Amino acid sequence: MILGQIGFLLLVSSLIFSIYLIYLIYFNYKSVSDIISIKIYTFTFLQLITILFSFFFLIFSFVNSDFSLVSVYQNSHTTKPLFYKISGTWGNHEGSLLLWLLVLSLFSFFFLIQSRNDLKKYRLLTILFQNLIIIGFLVFIIKTSNPFLSLYPVPLEGLGLNPILQDPALAIHPPILYLGYVGSSIVFSSALAAMIEKYVNKIWASSIKIWIMISWIFLTIGIMLGSFWAYYELGWGGFWFWDPVENVSLMPWLTLTALLHSIIILEKRETFHSWTLILAIISFTLSMNGTFLVRSGILNSIHTFANDPARGLYILIFLSILAFFSLIIFYLFQPEKKETTRFFLFSRETSILINNWFMIFFLVVVLIGTIYPLILEILNNSKISVGPPFFNILIIPFLIPFLIFMSIGPRMNWINTENKSIIKKKLLHLLVIIIIFSPMFFYFDKKNILSLSIFILGIFLLLSLLNELKEFFIKSKIRNISKIISHLGFAILIISISLNNIFSIEIDTNLKVGDSYKFKKYELVFQNISGKVEKNYNSVIGKFILKDIKNDIIYLNPEIRIYENPPMITSEASIKNNFFYDNYITMSNIQGGEYYNIRFQKKFMMLWIWISALVMAFGGLLRVFKK
Amino acid sequence: MFGKKVNSRILFICLLLFSLILTTYIIFKALEENVVYFKSPSEVKNISELEIKKKIRIGGMVKNNSIKSYSDYISFTITDFKNEINVTYSGSIPNLFSEGKGVVAEGILRDNNYFIASKILAKHDENYMPPNDNNLNNNK
Repeated sequence: MILGQIGFLLLVSSLIFSIYLIYLIYFNYKSVSDIISIKIYTFTFLQLITILFSFFFLIFSFVNSDFSLVSVYQNSHTTKPLFYKISGTWGNHEGSLLLWLLVLSLFSFFFLIQSRNDLKKYRLLTILFQNLIIIGFLVFIIKTSNPFLSLYPVPLEGLGLNPILQDPALAIHPPILYLGYVGSSIVFSSALAAMIEKYVNKIWASSIKIWIMISWIFLTIGIMLGSFWAYYELGWGGFWFWDPVENVSLMPWLTLTALLHSIIILEKRETFHSWTLILAIISFTLSMNGTFLVRSGILNSIHTFANDPARGLYILIFLSILAFFSLIIFYLFQPEKKETTRFFLFSRETSILINNWFMIFFLVVVLIGTIYPLILEILNNSKISVGPPFFNILIIPFLIPFLIFMSIGPRMNWINTENKSIIKKKLLHLLVIIIIFSPMFFYFDKKNILSLSIFILGIFLLLSLLNELKEFFIKSKIRNISKIISHLGFAILIISISLNNIFSIEIDTNLKVGDSYKFKKYELVFQNISGKVEKNYNSVIGKFILKDIKNDIIYLNPEIRIYENPPMITSEASIKNNFFYDNYITMSNIQGGEYYNIRFQKKFMMLWIWISALVMAFGGLLRVFKK
Repeated sequence: MFGKKVNSRILFICLLLFSLILTTYIIFKALEENVVYFKSPSEVKNISELEIKKKIRIGGMVKNNSIKSYSDYISFTITDFKNEINVTYSGSIPNLFSEGKGVVAEGILRDNNYFIASKILAKHDENYMPPNDNNLNNNK
C-alpha cells in the first residue's frame, strides 16, 4: 500500500523534474558557454532514478501480491510462480507503459552521456524533444493508466495473469520490443534537433547510426521472440500470420532497415538528407502508432485483452501532435539543397536507393492491409478483414527482384566505372545457379514455383555472401563484416521460409482415444489420455505415437490445460524437433465429447528461422561493439 | 527540344508517376480480391445473390446442443437469436469453441442456410464476444 503511494509520488516528482529540465535546457541553450550545465546531467539522472524506483516498487508490489493495487489485483495471483509474478508487472497495460517510460528515460540519459563529441545545441535540443515525449507519457500514465491506483477494501486474492502470457519467451518479449521501439525515439529527437541546428551531415550520420542500429537490433529480436511465442504457445503452428499486432511491429522494422541503409549514403556521400530525415521521423511515428493500435484495443487481435477508448484517444492525440509538430519543423528547417553531387546510375547509392524503395513498398502494403479494415469500418460501418493472401500476393513476388538487387548491390562501389562489369559477372553467376537448380521445377508441384524461385535466389544471395566472407578471411580484404553477417542472416531466413513453404505437411482431424490416422508415409496413433494436477492448473495429456514408413517412432504429448485463475483453457503444443524439421501437435476437446480435434504439422526449417533472426541481430551487435 | 538534363528529369518523373500509379492499382486490386466481409446470420439470410467463391466470415453464438462431431468434420449451428445458419467444418478447433459461446467462422456460403467453414477463429479472451453481439443483447 505504502509502496504504491511512494511509487506514484516518484512518478509525479519525475514529471516535475522533466518540466524543470525543459526550463534548464532553455537557459543553457541561450547561454554562450560551450558545455552543458551539470544541472542538466543531474536532473536527467534524477528523472531516470525516480522512474526506475517507481518501476521497482511496482515489481515489489507484484512479488508481494499487494492486492491493494488495482493492477496487481487484476493481473496477479498468490499461487503464481515468482518468475511470472515479476513478468506480470509488464504483462498488463499500466505496467507495460511504465516500462516504456523507463526505457525512454534510460535512453535519454545514455544519449546525454554518450554524445559528448557532438555540438552542444544539437544535444540540448535532442534532450529537449526527448523530454517532451517523456512528459507526454508521464501525463498519459498519471492521468489514464496509473499502475498504482489503489483499491478498497483490499481483496484477498488476485484475478491472475492470463495463462497464455505465463511463458518465458513472453516474459522478455515486451521489454526487448520496447527497447527497439523506444530506441527510435532518440533517432527521432536527434533528427529534429539536427534539422534545426543545420547539423544534418556526415558527422551527425555517423553518430546517430549507432542508435539506429541498437533500436533495429532490439526490434529484430523482439519481433522474433513474439513470433516464437505465437508458434508454440498459441498453437498457431507457424512463424508469421499477418496478424495486425505482428504487422504493427514489422512496420517500424521496415523503416528502420531502410534508414539503416540510407544513413550510410548520408555518411559516405552527403546526399539524401531529406529522405533520411523523413525515415527517422516515420520510424518513431510508426513505433508510437504500434503502441496506440495495440493498447487502444482497436485492433481485433489476440493482444486486445482490455481496452479503454480514453487511452487510445490520448495516444492518438499525442501521436498527431508529434507528427504535425515534426512536419512543421521539417518544412521550416528543411536542409537546403547543396550543389548536386553527381549521381551514378550503376553505383552503391543506386542500389541502396532501390533497397529503400522496396522497403517503402513493403511498408505501404503492410500499412494498408492493417489499417484499411479500420478505415472502412469508420466510413461505412462494414466489418471486413484482410487475410494473409493479400500480403502474400503483394510481397512474395516482389521478393524476386529484391533478392537479385540484394545479391548484386552490396558488391558495387560508390563511384566507379567497373560496376558494369561486376553486374555482368553477377548476372552470369545467377544464370549458372538457375540452370543448376532448374530440374527442381519439374520435380515439384506447380504451386511451388514461387517458393522455388525464392529458394534459388536465396541460394544466390547466400553464395554471394559466402564469397564475400571468404574474401574477408582469406584475402583479408577490408569488408564490412557485420553487414555480411546480417545479410547472411537474411539469406538463411529466406531459404528457410521457402523450404518451409515447399515441404511442410499439415493435417487436421478428429480422433477418439485408440484411433489412428494414416497420411502420406506416416501413421499417427492416439494411444491414451491422462490427467495431472499442477500448482496453478490441471491438465489433460494426450499420448500420441507417430510412426513413419521405416517404423521410426516419435512420442508426442500435447496437453490441454485448464486454469482456474482466471478460468481459461489453453492448448500446449508438443514439439519434437531436430535440425531440419519440427513435429508439432496440438489437441483440443470438442464440447466435452469423446472426439478430440488433432492438428499435426511437420514444419521444415523452423529452428533456422529463429536462428536467422538472431544472426541478423548479431551482425548489428558486432557493429555496435566495433565502435 | 529540351536539354539532356531536363529530358532525363522528365523521364525520371514519368517513370516515378507510372510506377506509383501501377503500385496503387496493384495494391487496391489485391485488396479488393482478398477482403473478407463479416456478416451475421440475419444478414446472410437477406443475401439475394450468392457469390459462391467469395469467402466471408459469419459471427454469432453456437446454438446449444448443436455441435455434432464426426471423424473428419464437425457440424454446428450459428445463431444470432433471430436467424440461424448451419455450418460444417473440418480443421483445427480452438479451445474456446463451445456451445453457448461466441464464434467467428470463415468460409463459403452454399446457400442461405448452409455454410462451409474453412477456419474457426481462435479468440484468446474468455470474454470475447463477436462484434455484433452487443447490439443483439440490447435488442433482446
